[in-house]
Amino acid sequence: MYRYNEFDAAFVAERNRQFRAQVERRVSGALTEDEFKPLRLMNGLYLQLHAYMLRVAIPYGTLDSARMRQLAYIAERWDKGYGHFTTRQNIQYNWPKLKDVPDMLDALAEVEMHAIQTSGNTIRNVTADHFAGAAADEIADPRPIAELLRQWSTDHPEFQFMPRKFKIAVTGSPNDRAVIKAHDIGIRVVERDGEIGYEVVVGGGLGRTPMIGKVINDFVAQEDLLPYLESVVSVWNQIGRRDNKYKARIKITVHEHGIDEIRALVAERFALVKPRFEGVDAALFEEIKTHFSGPDFVQKSEAPFKAAYHEDPVFRSWADTNLTAHREDGYAIVSISLKKHGQTPGDASADQMRVMADLAERFGHDELRISHEQNVILPHVHKADLPALHAALKEAELATANIGLISDIIACPGMDYCALATARSIPIAQQIATRFDELKLEHEIGELKIKISGCINACGHHHVGHIGILGLDRAGVENYQITLGGDHTETAAIGERAGPGFSAEDILPAIERLVHGYLDLRASSEETFIETFRRIGMEPFKAVLYPPAPAVAAE
Amino acid sequence: MPKPFTPKVVTANHLLEGDVIYQTADGWTRNLAEAEILLEQADADMRLIEASQQTDVVVGAYLANADASDDGPQANHFREEFRATGPSNYFHGKQAGALPGPLNGQESHNPSRI
Repeated sequence: MYRYNEFDAAFVAERNRQFRAQVERRVSGALTEDEFKPLRLMNGLYLQLHAYMLRVAIPYGTLDSARMRQLAYIAERWDKGYGHFTTRQNIQYNWPKLKDVPDMLDALAEVEMHAIQTSGNTIRNVTADHFAGAAADEIADPRPIAELLRQWSTDHPEFQFMPRKFKIAVTGSPNDRAVIKAHDIGIRVVERDGEIGYEVVVGGGLGRTPMIGKVINDFVAQEDLLPYLESVVSVWNQIGRRDNKYKARIKITVHEHGIDEIRALVAERFALVKPRFEGVDAALFEEIKTHFSGPDFVQKSEAPFKAAYHEDPVFRSWADTNLTAHREDGYAIVSISLKKHGQTPGDASADQMRVMADLAERFGHDELRISHEQNVILPHVHKADLPALHAALKEAELATANIGLISDIIACPGMDYCALATARSIPIAQQIATRFDELKLEHEIGELKIKISGCINACGHHHVGHIGILGLDRAGVENYQITLGGDHTETAAIGERAGPGFSAEDILPAIERLVHGYLDLRASSEETFIETFRRIGMEPFKAVLYPPAPAVAAE
Repeated sequence: MPKPFTPKVVTANHLLEGDVIYQTADGWTRNLAEAEILLEQADADMRLIEASQQTDVVVGAYLANADASDDGPQANHFREEFRATGPSNYFHGKQAGALPGPLNGQESHNPSRI
C-alpha cells in the first residue's frame, strides 16, 4: 500500500485549503464561473446533467478497509448513499453539493486520498492490473511502478497544461488485464536474461479515433524507466497538437509522425533528461517496492473449501466464475461482482462498501482493488475462508456468479448522469443482464465481454468489447451501434462496426439474435464468442443481426 | 435558410445544489412545467442574457427546446426529458420530488437514498 510522507500530507492539505477558499469566493461572487471552472476541475469536480460529480482517484485501484469505509462514509454523509466505480479505477459521487465538496476532500485526505488530477489536461490516475501482487502469471508487481509514476506526475510542473489528458496503465503479467494497449502509455513488465525491464507502448486510446498502442521500446531498464517516460510525455507536450482538441491526444501525434520518428525524438530527449535524474528516482523506486512486499500468507487446510465446493452448487458456481489462480498455494483471488442482474454496473451502496471492507479485513489481509471492469477484488483470500466469505457476500447481494460472463458488462454512466453523453448506457446493460439471467444461458454462453458507451468518447470501452455497444443521438432518438471482435487484452483489437444501429427497443433483441447466432455458429461449447468471431469473421454474425425483413416481422 | 424558431425555455444548473432549474417570469423553478415558455426569438435571446447574468444563482444557462402545452412546457428531446425527471436507474432525481414553487437557493440536502 502507498504511504503519504509529510510532504504528501502537507501538499494535499494545502490544496484542500486553497479549494475551500476558491469555493467560498465562487459562492460570494468574487469568482465567475469561467474563473472557477478550471479550479474545480483541477480538484475533480465536474458539473454533470443533474448535479455536480466528484471523481476521486483510487491509486491504481488499491484500497484498504479504512479507505473503503471512508468512501462509504462520504457516500452516506454527503451523497445519496452510494458510489460508482469507473473504468479508470476511480470512484464517482453523483450528487454532491458545491458547499460540501471541501469537507468531502478533507474526509478523503484523512485516509490519504484526493481528487487531484482526475480531470484536466494532466496525467490522470495511473491504473494497473487489478490482480497485481497476487496473480499466478505475474513477473513482477506493477504497483510500485504505478506509485512511482503517481508521485512523479502529481503536480509535475511541466505536465499541468498539456495538449490533452494523459492516461498510463501498467501490467506486471504477460496476460494484460489493464488494457495497456488502449492507453496513452502502456507499460508491461518483461524479463530478459534474468533482468526485469519494461516494454513501453505508446499511442493507444479509444474515443472517437480508436488506436491500438505501438511498442516504442521493447526493453527499458529499471533505472531508465522514469526518465524515459518523462521523455515520451515531454516530446508529446511539445509537438502534440493544441489547435484541435480532437487531434491532441498522443495517439494522433504517433499516427501523424509515425512511431519511428517519435522513437527518435524520445531518444534525443532521453539523452538530455537522463543525466538530471541522478539516481534519486531509482532509490525512491527501491523504497516504494518495500511498501508492496505482500502480506504474510498463512498455511492452513483447504478442507472447508473442498467440502463446500462438493456440497453447495451455488458456492461451486460462484467459485468457478469468480475466483482466479493466486501465486501462493492455498490462496485465491476473489472478484466481487458489482453487476447483480438488473443493477447499475459499478455501483455499490455505502452498506456494501462496508461489508467489503469488513471482509477484506477479516479474510483478505486488508486489501481491496477496484478493477477497470467495475468490480471489486479481494486479492488475497485463503481458500479455507471462501465458504464463509461467500455466505457474507450473499447476504449483501454481492455474490453474483458472473465474472467474465455476458452480464458482467462495462457501462459508462451515459445520459443518466453524464453531460457529454448522447444516449443512455445503464438501462441497456440492465436489460441485457436481466434477460440473459431469465434465459439461464450465461454459463452456457461462457466468456463474453459486452462493453457499452453512451457517447463517442468511449468511457465504456466499447471498441474493445467482444460485443461493443455505442449509444448515439440519431435525429433526436437514442440509437445503438454494435461493434464486434474487439479485444482488451494482450491481443488487443478494435471492434468492427456490424452495420446500422438499433433503437433502444431493438437493441436487446439484436443482442439476443447475436448470442443465439453465436451458439449455433460455434465449433464446440469450448469455443468462446471471440474465438468464433475470429474463425468465421463478421458476415455470419451480420446475417443473424440483420435477418431478411420477413424474419424480423415473424418475431 | 435559418431554421424557423421553435418554443424554448431557459434552463441551467443551480450553482449551489448543481441540479436542473428553469427560468420563470420572475425567478427560477425546479419544475419544467412551471418554466416560462418563450415563443419568440428576440424574447428568448433577451431572457437568456438575463439568466446568464445571474452568476450567483445559475451555471451554464442555455435555451432548450420545449413544447407548449396546457400543463406547461414539455420536453421534446430525450436529453431534456432526463434532465427534467432524473436518471432512469434510480428513483432519486427530480422524480423523487422536486419541490414546486420558486426556489430560494438555500435548500437543504435531499435525504433520499437508494
